[in-house]
Amino acid sequence: MEYRNVLTTCAYCGCGCGLYLEVLDGKVVGTLAAKNHAISEGKLCVKGWNSHAYIHHADRLSTPQIRDQRGGKLREATWDEALDLVARRLNEIKAESGPDSIGFMTSAKCTNEENYLVQKWARAVVGTNNIDHCARL
Amino acid sequence: MDRLVLAQEAVKQLLESGEVEGVLALRASGPSSVLHLYRPGDDLADLVLWPKYNAPKVMDLLQRSGPDVQLGMVVRGCEERGLIELAKHNQVDLARLHLIYVACSAEERDGCRCAWPYPSRIDVGEKVEGIADALVAEHEKLSLEERGEFWKRHFARCIKCYACRTVCPQCFCEVCMLEDKLWVHTGTLTPPFPTYHLVRAYHTVAKCVGCMECEAACPADIPLPVLYALLRRDAEELFGYVPGRSVDELPPLVVETLPQGG
Repeated sequence: MEYRNVLTTCAYCGCGCGLYLEVLDGKVVGTLAAKNHAISEGKLCVKGWNSHAYIHHADRLSTPQIRDQRGGKLREATWDEALDLVARRLNEIKAESGPDSIGFMTSAKCTNEENYLVQKWARAVVGTNNIDHCARL
Repeated sequence: MDRLVLAQEAVKQLLESGEVEGVLALRASGPSSVLHLYRPGDDLADLVLWPKYNAPKVMDLLQRSGPDVQLGMVVRGCEERGLIELAKHNQVDLARLHLIYVACSAEERDGCRCAWPYPSRIDVGEKVEGIADALVAEHEKLSLEERGEFWKRHFARCIKCYACRTVCPQCFCEVCMLEDKLWVHTGTLTPPFPTYHLVRAYHTVAKCVGCMECEAACPADIPLPVLYALLRRDAEELFGYVPGRSVDELPPLVVETLPQGG
């Protein structure tokens, strides 16, 4: 039997509460609030307490999915295929309608560094300031 | 000898004895400590004794996942009493547990306002006497109306995070009434007064040992242990029952409702 806790930061919003994910025999089974944490001081909200719940959830997508035609069904795809499609279509849309026809939604589930990269990509590569974030909604 | 060194030595001996697959104890991690299952051969240098967590609940989880496994555990007074209550309610199996008993320091006692900061025997540390919870004494001076207002004011700040329920070792129901829309509506704050908090309070009577984990986890700083301490006082006065005192004492619900105490 192996039981250990991994210190991490809550991914549900931008507050940055500290928590431990309980790992039992290689599976994430629960959440403990990190006591003495500078931000959250051993407390969490109801979402934080359920940080483990989606990790092994049956509904969680584990591979990209592509819809080949409008109204068609989603099919599983590889990351290479999905990223190639996204890059090609973004280039086409930008050439056709200009960079401000594209918007970027980022996520509290990403790190600061990842969010920085997304806005850099939006502004410097694509050329738009249309950037928003789920924690602001 | 230093309490921490003694605890590390006791865990080392238990692991080397071959009697257990692992020992549940606190391990230094990031800003604090957290529960960890030490296994034979592990380096015990990062084993610590504070801050404590809801260890009986984690032991419940571990025993469920390994129905035949023998485990060790470093316990303080409240944790031993919590395990005893869980055993009486068929949640943990004491026969599969090897306990290392630790007495709390005066500082730890003060942090928990603890009346009983030591286990039934002491392997590590020295016994310090318990103290009366000043918040409970203050509350007892209030009139009935003032008490109602006191709890109304505190419960109005509840953000319904369910932390008190989630951390509580004595909250082990598979179907929780607090998730039943009959009692607690979804999508609205605050939880209905007084159903949420009083349902929980009544469900902890004669089980809550006052480990203070609910208070430590409450983002609204609601002094829940004051409410539970008063119910513990009533259970003792009315039924002579003290949660966690002895594995042989039957809970009052059994004694009072079944012939010949079940």
